[in-house]
Amino acid sequence: MSKQAETPFPPGALEREAEIADTRNRWLLSLPAIVIIVCAAAGPLLVMVVYSFLTPGDYGNVKWEFSLDGWTNTIVQRDIFDDTLIWADAHLSIFWRSFSLSLITTILTLIIGVPTAWFVATQPPGRREFWLFLVTVPFWTNLLVRTIAVQELIRSEGVINLILLKIGIIDAPIQMMFTDFAIGFGMTYVYLPLMVLPVYAAVDKLDFRLVEAAHDLYAGRWTAFRRVILPLIKPGIIAGSILVFVPCLGAYVTPRVLGGGKNLMFGNLIELQFGAGRNWPLGAALSLMLMTAVMVALIFYVRITSREQADG
Amino acid sequence: MVETARPTPTETVAPAMTVPRREPRGYSVRTLPGFAAMAIFTFVGLYAPILILVTYSFNAGSSLAIWEGFSLRWYYQAAANEAVQDAAIRSLYLAFCAASIATVAATMAALATTRTRRFPGKTMIYSLINQPLMIPEIVTAVALLIVFAAIKVWTGHTSMIYLIAAHTAFCVPFAYLPIRARLETMDTTLETAAQDLYASRWLTFRRVTLPLMWPGIVAGLMLAFVISLDDVVITEFVKSAGQETIPTYMLGQLRRVVTPEVNAISTVILMAGVILVALFFRLTSRRR
Repeated sequence: MSKQAETPFPPGALEREAEIADTRNRWLLSLPAIVIIVCAAAGPLLVMVVYSFLTPGDYGNVKWEFSLDGWTNTIVQRDIFDDTLIWADAHLSIFWRSFSLSLITTILTLIIGVPTAWFVATQPPGRREFWLFLVTVPFWTNLLVRTIAVQELIRSEGVINLILLKIGIIDAPIQMMFTDFAIGFGMTYVYLPLMVLPVYAAVDKLDFRLVEAAHDLYAGRWTAFRRVILPLIKPGIIAGSILVFVPCLGAYVTPRVLGGGKNLMFGNLIELQFGAGRNWPLGAALSLMLMTAVMVALIFYVRITSREQADG
Repeated sequence: MVETARPTPTETVAPAMTVPRREPRGYSVRTLPGFAAMAIFTFVGLYAPILILVTYSFNAGSSLAIWEGFSLRWYYQAAANEAVQDAAIRSLYLAFCAASIATVAATMAALATTRTRRFPGKTMIYSLINQPLMIPEIVTAVALLIVFAAIKVWTGHTSMIYLIAAHTAFCVPFAYLPIRARLETMDTTLETAAQDLYASRWLTFRRVTLPLMWPGIVAGLMLAFVISLDDVVITEFVKSAGQETIPTYMLGQLRRVVTPEVNAISTVILMAGVILVALFFRLTSRRR
């Protein structure tokens, strides 16, 4: 940057000064973005940590008295009659539903997404962009609209039931809305592009000469897939799995619309504490739990993707 | 000379030459049994629900399953609905404010964090800007509810400012990413040349850097606009009474009897989103 070669100052002093000024300028330039995010995203998370250690107020909000109940109430609750601690079964079943439905959704998107990604990546280059665009469009369209589309499909008076009734497979409409099935189906539909895109990137990079070599060495299609292709696209598969699993765990809109009031997931349990539950500290503690779970998964993701980049 | 300058003959030959280079029809390592069928199934599955939703928005009857003929009735009804008008204007105003502020902030931050040596705090700034992408939306939403509820009680002030602040924050990373991507394809030689020709730093920025990074800025603005327009969760928790946006209005409607009016609104949102995203792709992929 500075080109003063002949100066009376000790060597490097000017450069160092310029570097410090440069760093300061870059911080100043980033300041608006930092202030906005600290005020309206990162900062409130810290306030929430404080709130999780307070006592719930009578009509929502909090009383400024220290309490650990917010945290202990996440997994245990006090029995109303004899004051003993018992497991908070309702919460535990919601945790389990969140975890298992997220896992099932991830597996379903894998089963559907890997062949789709493979298909797109093996298209001739001209057509590939078109297929890729078709995968990307739903990803950028409104999540609520896509959830509504699923709702209209699986309602009792919806198209699926209508067709099944017409053909005569069923006599009465199947109740699909407000079940775990509806949530799993909806999340699979909504988050599928998040699986297809990273797997596509992995297949796109795949060196097909290796697959040819496997075939030359008398591997069948299945063996070549299992022993050669799968290990090579594994990073993409893991990345896609995390990218699907994480938003499923924190899903709020899809379970609210498709699961109704009974089949809650983690996100809906949090909302409940700020609504009818009137237990803000518990809600804050639950939010921090969810955040931690997601952060662990994302750190795992960053480590995998950075290792992949280091490899090639 | 004239003969060789005409490219037409070689062009007509070229496609014929490529035919033998194709892989033999019989066996390809690129096909796996059942994969293509599964992929077609996926694409049908991805678009069928959306097509059904769009179709029934044109239904003359009020059913979402029985087709009673084509009509624009529900579009007229939605457009005449004052609650929808109100929410639509609020959504657009909110998205416009949030996306513009976020894009300005993101442009500055992108200029500061790209094309530079590793300066102290660079990683920190980067991870702070991307922080809203890492946290589940519901968590940010309740955290904002806690803080803004306290501020609302304390100041008694309940305007759109809370929604604008919240939306701006989660729009920043979406505006930042395309701008940063654009900047990373530019080197500093042109700026150095401008400064060698005695352009001031400001003039260099205005006449060289800004025009070069402009597609990235427009892409970032559009992405931020779409993201703000689509947001349900954070809006639902931050809004004060009477501050419905289109998505929260629709979420509220779902609790009642659903008519094709929701489909009509959804279709409009869908179209707006697809158009903006298609433009976004054009802007970001042209220079590749």
